[in-house]
Amino acid sequence: MKKYVVKRLVQLIPMILGITFLTFLLLYISPGDPAQKRLSAQGVAVTKEVLAQTREEMGLDRPFIKQYGDWLFHLLQADLGLSYKDGTPVNQKLARGMKNTFVLAAGAFLLAVAVSLPLGIYTAVRKNRFSDYCIRFICFLGNALPNFLLAIVLMYFLCIRINAFPVIAKGSLQGLFLPTVALAFPLASRLVRQVRVAVLKQLETDYVSGARARGVKKGYILFRNVLHNALPSIVTLLGLSVGTLLGGSVVIESIFMWPGLGKLAMDSITARDYPVIQGFVILMAVTYVVVNLLTDLGCRLLDPRIKE
Amino acid sequence: MCRIKGNCKDKGRIKENCKEKSRMRENRGDEKTNKSLVRKRIIFFLFLVLLLFIISLLAPYLVPNDPYGTNASYMKAAPSPEFPFGTDKLGRCIFSRVLMGARLSIFFSLLLVMVTMVAGTFLGVVAGYYGGIFDNIIMRLVDMLLAFPQLVLAIAVAGVLGGGMTNMLLALGLTGWTLYARLARGQVMSLKQEEFIAAARLSGNSSLRIMAVHILPNIAGEMIVNAAIQVGTTLVGFAGLSFLGLGVQVPEAEWGSMINEAKGYMQQAPWAVLAPGAALFITVAVFNLLGDALSDYMGR
Repeated sequence: MKKYVVKRLVQLIPMILGITFLTFLLLYISPGDPAQKRLSAQGVAVTKEVLAQTREEMGLDRPFIKQYGDWLFHLLQADLGLSYKDGTPVNQKLARGMKNTFVLAAGAFLLAVAVSLPLGIYTAVRKNRFSDYCIRFICFLGNALPNFLLAIVLMYFLCIRINAFPVIAKGSLQGLFLPTVALAFPLASRLVRQVRVAVLKQLETDYVSGARARGVKKGYILFRNVLHNALPSIVTLLGLSVGTLLGGSVVIESIFMWPGLGKLAMDSITARDYPVIQGFVILMAVTYVVVNLLTDLGCRLLDPRIKE
Repeated sequence: MCRIKGNCKDKGRIKENCKEKSRMRENRGDEKTNKSLVRKRIIFFLFLVLLLFIISLLAPYLVPNDPYGTNASYMKAAPSPEFPFGTDKLGRCIFSRVLMGARLSIFFSLLLVMVTMVAGTFLGVVAGYYGGIFDNIIMRLVDMLLAFPQLVLAIAVAGVLGGGMTNMLLALGLTGWTLYARLARGQVMSLKQEEFIAAARLSGNSSLRIMAVHILPNIAGEMIVNAAIQVGTTLVGFAGLSFLGLGVQVPEAEWGSMINEAKGYMQQAPWAVLAPGAALFITVAVFNLLGDALSDYMGR
């Protein structure tokens, strides 16, 4: 196990290099001159001399690889550069949003898991019964309903029609409810389906029929054998769903004005504040990669037979 | 199949046993997923998809009113015979705009899925067939792209490039092909071990011919099923990016941007949000149903 962890950690290095390279490329392919963008974002009159000076300050007159190397060097010291807009360090801005996004995403994740695990197992056990069809139908609806549409429909009925919740979340616990639900529902719908498939795959194996034939109780088989064997694939599904969650949080945060990373990213896109966008993308990708690594390790702990 | 037939023969005996009844019920459910029924399901949803596609293509001729014509005397009007879905804040007919939006969303989603499928399959087959350096380069690229949460990367790319249709397609397509590449590569790697490939090579077929004639037909079904499943996701991504203002720009009628525009005055004119929302929902649902039916047919 120890060897495996070390190996995975070593594999992480080229991965993160790749992420940083792609993200750096993002700024490089953006239309226009970064120096000019920074100046105009700060509202400085752009003259030839100022432009040349800024270019030199930002190191734009050097070759691409050198620029990337420098940027990476700063990145390793957790220095993501300065925001074009107001000159504050990017990591400060990100740190401010991170807590809010974490609260939202973690809430939505827990809600989705708490709903979808029992329902997924239940529908698998009750395969092709009425309750199975009902739950699957609701999940089908949830799958076809994009989260931004759900958010707006919820907002219309619960905030505007009956005034049960504030329209703008702005950090209050009551305001957090709707964004969490809007983020969790489509995710949960998908998870129910996937958990159902994972559990069914185990339920249809020979060892289950064997155990039943020997008179082992259904509940015992389900909780002691089936779930135990289905757990690694369920954990993998949960890990992958974090990616959907991080992407969805951008949309949901900008609808409910939740002051998290997603809203920061959208504001930065509007303001053409590229260093912040870069920081956001790197943070999200690194989170996702680390989560995936942890899921893989978790799977291996749960099922020592897994190799590579 | 065998199990079902066996049970049918012993119907009388099983019926006596109460506990076995539940198994009967399960088997009846299994029969529901048998091929001829699934085939009918596929034909039915294909028909619906075709209908949607035709509507989207004929949209300019079906619209009752000019989708871009503003009308100051009919601002935020409720649904009426003249304006079936009402009007928005500029007095534009929402029904006409939803129809025109169908053209953009459905046509370009299908196009994008098609292009990513072909590109991804091609790269995957090359990687799987030749192995070595091709495989390494393509798969490392796939790994790199999959390290990002898909929507985050799409938002960032579309945002940095500055919105617009082409940039949105680029942003969504950037990660879209990786799915097919990975699948195709895996399948080709296992197909390569089969004897008929060795036989084809021994009869003097070129690599290109083996890939095109012997490998591609074997993996095409799997790729098409995955593409069908991807259409719904692409539609949602398309509308989502437009909703965020990173896709189709405002005067153009597109479901996502219509919802975004109308959410500001949802209180006075909820139909301006609900009509494009419902259109998006129904379209995604139909494509998802087709995808499910197809993947049932492939026995997955």
